[in-house]
Amino acid sequence: MVDGAMGTLLLERGLGPGEPPESITLSRPEVLEEVARLYVDAGADIVETNTFGASPLRLAHAGLDDRIEQLNREAVRAARSAAGDRAYVAASVGPSGALLQPMGDATPEQLYDGFRRQLEYLIGAGVDCVIVETMIDLTEAQLAVRAAKEMSPGTPVMATMTFDATPRGFYTIMGVSVEAAAAGLREAGADAVGSNCGTGIEEMIGVAKEFGRCTDPPMIIQPNAGLPQAEAGRVVYGDTPHYMAEKAGELLAMGVSVIGGCCGTTPEHIAAIRAMVDSR
Amino acid sequence: MELLEQTASAVISGDDKRVAELTGQLIEQRVPAKTILDDGLIAGMDVVGRRFKAHEIFLPDVLLAAKAMYAGMELLKPLFIEEGVPSQGRVVIGTIRGDLHDIGKNLVGIMLKGAGYDVIDLGKDVPPEDLVRAATEHEASIIGMSALLTTTMPAMQEVVELLDKEGLSGRINTIVGGAPVTKEFARDIGATAYGYDAANAVERVKQLIPEV
Repeated sequence: MVDGAMGTLLLERGLGPGEPPESITLSRPEVLEEVARLYVDAGADIVETNTFGASPLRLAHAGLDDRIEQLNREAVRAARSAAGDRAYVAASVGPSGALLQPMGDATPEQLYDGFRRQLEYLIGAGVDCVIVETMIDLTEAQLAVRAAKEMSPGTPVMATMTFDATPRGFYTIMGVSVEAAAAGLREAGADAVGSNCGTGIEEMIGVAKEFGRCTDPPMIIQPNAGLPQAEAGRVVYGDTPHYMAEKAGELLAMGVSVIGGCCGTTPEHIAAIRAMVDSR
Repeated sequence: MELLEQTASAVISGDDKRVAELTGQLIEQRVPAKTILDDGLIAGMDVVGRRFKAHEIFLPDVLLAAKAMYAGMELLKPLFIEEGVPSQGRVVIGTIRGDLHDIGKNLVGIMLKGAGYDVIDLGKDVPPEDLVRAATEHEASIIGMSALLTTTMPAMQEVVELLDKEGLSGRINTIVGGAPVTKEFARDIGATAYGYDAANAVERVKQLIPEV
């Protein structure tokens, strides 16, 4: 079991709308410890670091690039201090936010160097594994996986992409099919492949089925808690812990071996899925 | 006219050099800029938009087609000023504060330009007050904004509230979008309209701005 959402919990703890979640790492690292502890108590075996956007290009945009080392190291320290020997710590690595040429301006070397820099701090700070996540471009995802594997071949790397349902099947917005993702991520060296984010667990079951057809386990799936709705100025997600846990049973039956939550999932969701997993 | 059709297909295949070449030839033949735009560049972009909506093609194809369309538009710009081609209206767009996801927003910008609107694109991570200020300064009638994150969606409501506070709600409409944004969310925060994808956003803008 991986943990659930980070951003959702940080918002509840005072992260302002539109503030980068990484800013909490500097201002209130104790909040990261609290969130990780809640997830470990809820039954997560793996907690992710608050470093989804802590890559050089994204940090540059938030004006935080000179703090990159501290942001990554401190996030690992906070997660580790909460996890102790009860859970593993996974480095969260998200997309660079830039598009590769010819669609955008970025070169593969630039993206690779960026991931490499972030991973140097994360791996140097002692994470147990890496999760490259929410990717839409296969080349970029491969660059991130390779950066991790070349730096530390012994560190397990999981990689997930975000798919949309189309009449012709599941594709990322950049046009990557599940089949291409599975093959490409494995080729880059990912130890587990799968999907995160998107619309909710119902659709994710379809994505997981497709992965099951194209690749061998282990598979990793981290759905959102449904679609977001506005409620009194806050964003809430529709899928209840009970509903997600019930549906997560189908993922297990399909051979998915790593389950967690993305946007909108809470320690309650993780606890409910944990109880379901343990009952099998 | 054959050259116009060729221009449209060069846009569709994302061949920016060919589009520039063909647009140049059309200008030399004194074809009106508005015709080149409508029947060449926009005609091609329309096909791209339809295919994208039908999931026949994906974002990379759209971005390359847009690059090709811009290659032609650059050449037409001086002629528009000379010929005085009227704009369909003015729209300010941006990805809301804290959010760096600008793919969808860029797509909306491309399609709006393709539909003949003046687009003022403030980029990503745009503070609510900047959107309102730009709309006032440029006399735009619509603010289009997007968010892709749970942490940034609420900031879109601030734009609606700012417009209210400054008594601009009647003059400046808002349209919101982004993968996790729903019609219900748009209604809850008081936005004027919701676009479920880029093509739909353009349709909604057309409904909000009376035709010139």
